[in-house]
Amino acid sequence: MEQFLAWKAMMAAGEPTNLWQQFYVLFYQAFIENERWLQYLNGVVTTLYVTVLALALGIILGVLVAVVRTAHDQQRAGHRNPVLGFFNGILKIYVTVIRGTPMMVQLMIMGLVIFASSRNFVMVGALTLGINSGAYTAEIIRGGLMSVDQGQMEAGRSLGLNYKDTMRFVIIPQAIKAILPALGNEFIVLLKDTSLISVIGGKELLYAARSVAARNYEPMYPYVGAAIVYLLLVMLFTWLLGIFERRLRASDRR
Amino acid sequence: MIDVKDLRKSFGELEVLKGVSQHIDKGERVVLIGPSGSGKSTFLRCLNLLEEPSGGQIIFEGQDITDPKIDINKIRQKMGMVFQHFNLFPNMTILKNITLAPVRTGLMTKEAAEKEARELLKRVGLEDKADGYPAQLSGGQKQRIAIVRALCMHPEVMLFDEPTSALDPEMVGEVLDVMKELAKTGMTMICVTHEMGFAREVADRVLFMDDGVIVEEGTPAEVFGAPKEKRTQEFLNKVL
Repeated sequence: MEQFLAWKAMMAAGEPTNLWQQFYVLFYQAFIENERWLQYLNGVVTTLYVTVLALALGIILGVLVAVVRTAHDQQRAGHRNPVLGFFNGILKIYVTVIRGTPMMVQLMIMGLVIFASSRNFVMVGALTLGINSGAYTAEIIRGGLMSVDQGQMEAGRSLGLNYKDTMRFVIIPQAIKAILPALGNEFIVLLKDTSLISVIGGKELLYAARSVAARNYEPMYPYVGAAIVYLLLVMLFTWLLGIFERRLRASDRR
Repeated sequence: MIDVKDLRKSFGELEVLKGVSQHIDKGERVVLIGPSGSGKSTFLRCLNLLEEPSGGQIIFEGQDITDPKIDINKIRQKMGMVFQHFNLFPNMTILKNITLAPVRTGLMTKEAAEKEARELLKRVGLEDKADGYPAQLSGGQKQRIAIVRALCMHPEVMLFDEPTSALDPEMVGEVLDVMKELAKTGMTMICVTHEMGFAREVADRVLFMDDGVIVEEGTPAEVFGAPKEKRTQEFLNKVL
């Protein structure tokens, strides 16, 4: 602390300082002074919290959309259900609009137009990210369901099982294995995209870095620090996903 | 037992079945032969509505199964089907493959289904595979399991869609043996196949299909011994 103040004073006065002294001062004021590391830590907690909320919402929406759209597409000709057709139409619009507009624009509209009066920026952010992720997750799940060989559905139905049971016992268990790697990828994208909610005032990791940078008039240390934290988080989850996938594959061995 | 009246099926512009009428009696063993693309498989798949007919009627035990109001799941429970590519469920054990449908449809309790499954497995010589997975089996073993899976539903009729076409030659025999055994029990069987030897030995009636219609039919002796139609003669000359 005293060391920091002494060197900081030297730098402010324009006295010659070596690289180590500069690094020490800038690092100290970016992360340690006034317990700033707590801001980053709170930011990371918010980041993870938003990621988990958005992922949960995304998966619920995604499963819903994928099941309705797949069921609609697999109806027998001449036995089309108009209610299913109606919902399929709505969900198609949802997927098209969400995938067709930038995430940043969606956040601005949700945060500054639809929920303009809300002060709970984190929840608005999580909601927006969840709705966004749902559209992509839906396509991931739909792809997984379609990747299961058509013969599996035929075999189930030819035994007299109904559509629901065939889906539940035959198709979905096989689809999950195909879906997981892509879903893991979606999780990583989501984790990084939480940084966008800082633009509507969500106090996550990037928000913390930005406010420190503004206070110190020194952007490099806070932003590079935030980047390293994101990188470490993603590396950690990639590693965990790898373990999980290897465990799933173990059941394929002959 | 099954009455097919003027059955038609089109895929878009392509008309695959151009009016097929047939009557199949209980206990009858019918073999369908013909060049590829002639509509044999489509005809078979229409019988349990895996393909929706574009026209005509299929009467199964007095019920018109093309009627949209009919519960097709109930009908399919009485019609076993065996596929060219086996279509076993890779995510469950052999035993579960066999017992899933009888248990879920309420035909049997889990215990009864497992007992029956093991007995059927014994009949096809695969009782030691009950707890294995499909990936651990050879093609011939898979197809024998697929037959057992269909039989466990106590079907009234068995439909075979080229059951030996995807097998290595040395495995064809073991599957045909199971089918011959089944024929001896008096099961009604409708079989699409390229195994002319099997057709000759097992069939009560052989149907020769070409270009969406049944060109010729009769006992194996009639169709193989003295085909009347030119198209039948040409086909048999190529395959025999």
